[in-house]
Amino acid sequence: MNHQAIEEIQKSQRIDQLKEDMFRGIPEIESARAVLLTESYMQTEGLPMIKRRSAAFRHILEKLPIIIRYNELIVGSPTLKSRGCQVYPEYSYEWLEQELDTMETRAADPFHVSEQTKKELRAIFPYWKGKTSSELANSYMSEEAKLAIEHNIFTPGNYYYNGVGHVTVNYGEVLEIGYEGIRAKAEAALKKLNQFDADYCARCAFLESVIESCNAVITYANRYAELAKKEAESCADAKRKEELLTIAKNCERVPAKGATSFYEACQSFWFVQMLIQVESSGHSISPGRFDQYMYPYFKKDFDNGKITLEFAQELVDCVWLKLNDFCKARDVASAEGFAGYGLFQNLIAGGQTKDGQDATNELSYMSIQATMHVFLPQPSFSVRVWNGSPQSFLLKAAELTRTGIGFPAYYNDEVIIPALINRGLTIQDARDYNIIGCVEPQKSGKTDGWHDAAFFNMCRPMELVFSGGKDGGKQISVDTGDVTKMTTFDEFYDAYKAHMNYMIELMVNADNAIDMAHAERCPLPYLSSMIEDCIGKGKSVQEGGAVYNFTGPQGFGIANMADALYAIKKLVFEEKSVTLAEYKQALEQNFGQGNAEEITTAVVKQLAAQGVEITEEDIASIYKQASAGVQKGGSSLLKKIEALPKFGNDIDEIDQLARDVAYTYTRPLEQYKNPRGGQYQAGLYPVSANVPLGAQTGATPDGRLAFTPIADGVSPAAGRDVKGPTAAANSVSKLDHSIASNGTLYNMKFHPSALKGLEGLENFVALIRAFFDQKGSHVQFNVVSRETLYDAQQHPENYKNLVVRVAGYSALFTSLSRSLQDDIINRTEQSAF
Amino acid sequence: MTNYLETKGRIFDIQRYSVHDGPGIRTIVFLKGCLFRCKWCCNPESQEFEIQTMKTEQGEKVTGRDVTAREVLEEVRQDMSYYRRSRGGMTLSGGESLLQPAFAKAMFMGAHQMGINTAIETTGAVKMDIISDLLPHIDYFLMDIKHMNPEKHKEFTSRDNRLALENAKTIAKQANYYAVRIPVIPGFNDTPEEIAAIAQYAQELSADRLHLLPYHRLGADKYASLGRTYELSEILPPDESKMAALLRVAQEFKTPCQIGG
Repeated sequence: MNHQAIEEIQKSQRIDQLKEDMFRGIPEIESARAVLLTESYMQTEGLPMIKRRSAAFRHILEKLPIIIRYNELIVGSPTLKSRGCQVYPEYSYEWLEQELDTMETRAADPFHVSEQTKKELRAIFPYWKGKTSSELANSYMSEEAKLAIEHNIFTPGNYYYNGVGHVTVNYGEVLEIGYEGIRAKAEAALKKLNQFDADYCARCAFLESVIESCNAVITYANRYAELAKKEAESCADAKRKEELLTIAKNCERVPAKGATSFYEACQSFWFVQMLIQVESSGHSISPGRFDQYMYPYFKKDFDNGKITLEFAQELVDCVWLKLNDFCKARDVASAEGFAGYGLFQNLIAGGQTKDGQDATNELSYMSIQATMHVFLPQPSFSVRVWNGSPQSFLLKAAELTRTGIGFPAYYNDEVIIPALINRGLTIQDARDYNIIGCVEPQKSGKTDGWHDAAFFNMCRPMELVFSGGKDGGKQISVDTGDVTKMTTFDEFYDAYKAHMNYMIELMVNADNAIDMAHAERCPLPYLSSMIEDCIGKGKSVQEGGAVYNFTGPQGFGIANMADALYAIKKLVFEEKSVTLAEYKQALEQNFGQGNAEEITTAVVKQLAAQGVEITEEDIASIYKQASAGVQKGGSSLLKKIEALPKFGNDIDEIDQLARDVAYTYTRPLEQYKNPRGGQYQAGLYPVSANVPLGAQTGATPDGRLAFTPIADGVSPAAGRDVKGPTAAANSVSKLDHSIASNGTLYNMKFHPSALKGLEGLENFVALIRAFFDQKGSHVQFNVVSRETLYDAQQHPENYKNLVVRVAGYSALFTSLSRSLQDDIINRTEQSAF
Repeated sequence: MTNYLETKGRIFDIQRYSVHDGPGIRTIVFLKGCLFRCKWCCNPESQEFEIQTMKTEQGEKVTGRDVTAREVLEEVRQDMSYYRRSRGGMTLSGGESLLQPAFAKAMFMGAHQMGINTAIETTGAVKMDIISDLLPHIDYFLMDIKHMNPEKHKEFTSRDNRLALENAKTIAKQANYYAVRIPVIPGFNDTPEEIAAIAQYAQELSADRLHLLPYHRLGADKYASLGRTYELSEILPPDESKMAALLRVAQEFKTPCQIGG
């Protein structure tokens, strides 16, 4: 394989022009899908839900306005405007109804909404009252679970209000047999049914909905073929005319039939990728192993001299661009948590074949090259690393890292494959994994992983230990008694575990309630047509049709809790220099930081955030306590805590405690089941929720001040790893990454000087390999200077294209909220001299 | 059999993930105490052997601690995975490691025992028999040659260069790998003639490599915290084009050369 030849390919001018066009305006919300969906729903009341879904999907694809953008080679746009967003009222609409007028002015991810769109959306919203999946989920959820959500212990917001997404379908099958082939499979299954079968009705309805969905997609592609022909007729530019006619030919053939060329395969891929996101609002629709399923088409064309490397690269670049051509609108709180308009379409290169041999090929290198050419946040680009990964491939990946784009994220086959086998995957399926969304491993085309099922804030149960399970004066967890009377560290730690266990139970209740609601109100026949074994079982993904079913909620705050427990153990129970009563008081008063007024404001803000009503008397009493705390010098405890060793410095005693703390989340979760017949599995990563959820969390015993960010993923708390990248990576590698089979996330920030020259790249690759030798699972890098980021804050207009990795994905830095920008800047800068 | 590991030494820092001080990813152990007083020294706390207190903005900080080779090697060992993947290892720097030869030897032998390769960054200006005793235990010998003129050398570093230049002849012959490093200091040795003179000498020595290390000011703040004045505060680091020009000068000679470590 000639990877040097690939590296020499220049970016075509078309790519720059398409990119420029794409970023001309701010993203806009469009109403077409929501209006068409509502029209269809109004006509299908009384039919089985799955049939109503496919009927609506067909109606949308028959009527959704279509457009071919100037000069593009791959066509298909879910919105008329570039980077637009459709609306999905069947999941939830109340937030959008409330925020319609403020979408354009909000800090994180603003959207333009025209007055016409507002009018159209306001007209249909009343129809949806009582019909959404979020309302049904709400009615299924226990009161205790709702209380825990209200008090910010965990938040299942993602699927509560939106589609689930988080899936990689069997792209390879569509490329090979097309939707006519898939339709034939459904028809054959339908024929095999007997009318007297107990589940005949349900299976029949499902299979018919699959057939209708396949037809809808074929119709949609044909509309594009017609449009391209029409545009070709009136096109004065001979070259473009030719291109349009080829586009028409492509769309006539795919995705109805199997692809016969690399170009057709690219077009077919794009229809699949885009239409999944028209059917549902779920994000993290991840292309996965693009370099594997596309490879046969590339190789055949290339070997037969039908395609040049240059044109193949241009097509791949065009696919990359298309992946940026739409956005997801979220409510204002979620937009903070998932900032950057992220779609989390994770695409991964390299790794192993099903048979355990190296899978790296020309397209793996071209994928890296495309990310360099296009230089945008989508796709979320990842690489798989194993002991047999070619050094040249990893050096090329490191070169991409050096650009500062925050890609690729690196994944360790040697940890993830056994972890998946432990969850019941066959070895062939495990070897064929790809990454969903941020960091979640999945076998494509066979899995409904429900990754990202909730954020669980591991710091909040620590607060509950000090309050005996009360929050804002209300008993929301088990009663673990008066903390000041605890006499051993084990007693203290057991109280923490008791709160963890209880809150995990509630989170499972919440997730299962939402899961049920999706199965009942939003089954997805089109998606299900591309997931094994839905056709075989005769039921949708949402009802448990997939081969592998999981629910993966993610915990975060390990570093804070490890440091916290270590501090309590040392200061209270070993040195006995602080009592738990003193500790409690210091936490309530935020370690006496700031003046009494500030502390009072902060405490009031915290109580208000928890929905507690505060009287003038309360404020006076808080102020009195705060003054006393400041006078007493609560900061002396903070000094003692600061002097203690911290997680992230390769100190075994505390790293082992961190490992154990992680188990308080990962182990209890394993025992629970979801309604689809699958198992719970933990993830350890916060996306960027560590910032907004930290703002809802009081001071913690590790010396973290109230309302400040919580440590990100499995990374050490910001600024506490002082012994350099190898020591920090060693600490992180001591956690049990295999049990967190829904993914772990480790962020490192490097100054570009550490990657200078070939030698710099080689050392960087060695760092990754050595971290992975020690069973780290994932690592990603920000390579930027602080100065760059400060300057970008001052002059955002100069940095419109500055991409920064924000915990599991890359985002446009200037589109992030100020607090998130600050967090990125404050993360330890790992430089080497 | 491993009693030598109890040998005591005085260090002031251990720096992991160092990538410019010998091959691969390395851990540098900084030994305290030096004979030279180079005006540009970025580690002024390395110069005195005595344990000192630095008064920094963050408060007082004691610099220097007494350790055994065993305890330092235990920390060095923690990055074994990184050395293996990068062909890296341990580097002794300073200060001047050769002023604590017994400790240095214990560190080198102990590292070798664990399968970790060794490097030294040194002025090479001690009695040759001390160096000869250590040489079999050192895989990469990185030696500063700052100037060829003894008087100018003395003016900027407090001592002349005669002993170092003499030792260099023996070391270059006997060492497994011998590299000459030039800290490029504006106003001291940054003319083409001065660089050429050193490169010429490196060629005569048949050195394996020549490094041009651009002057930097990262240590300037430390002088004040030691109650001292940084004499070179007026000097700016050489820019890239200047370094490139000097590299071209050095490239006229046979020793392979590079900018940076």
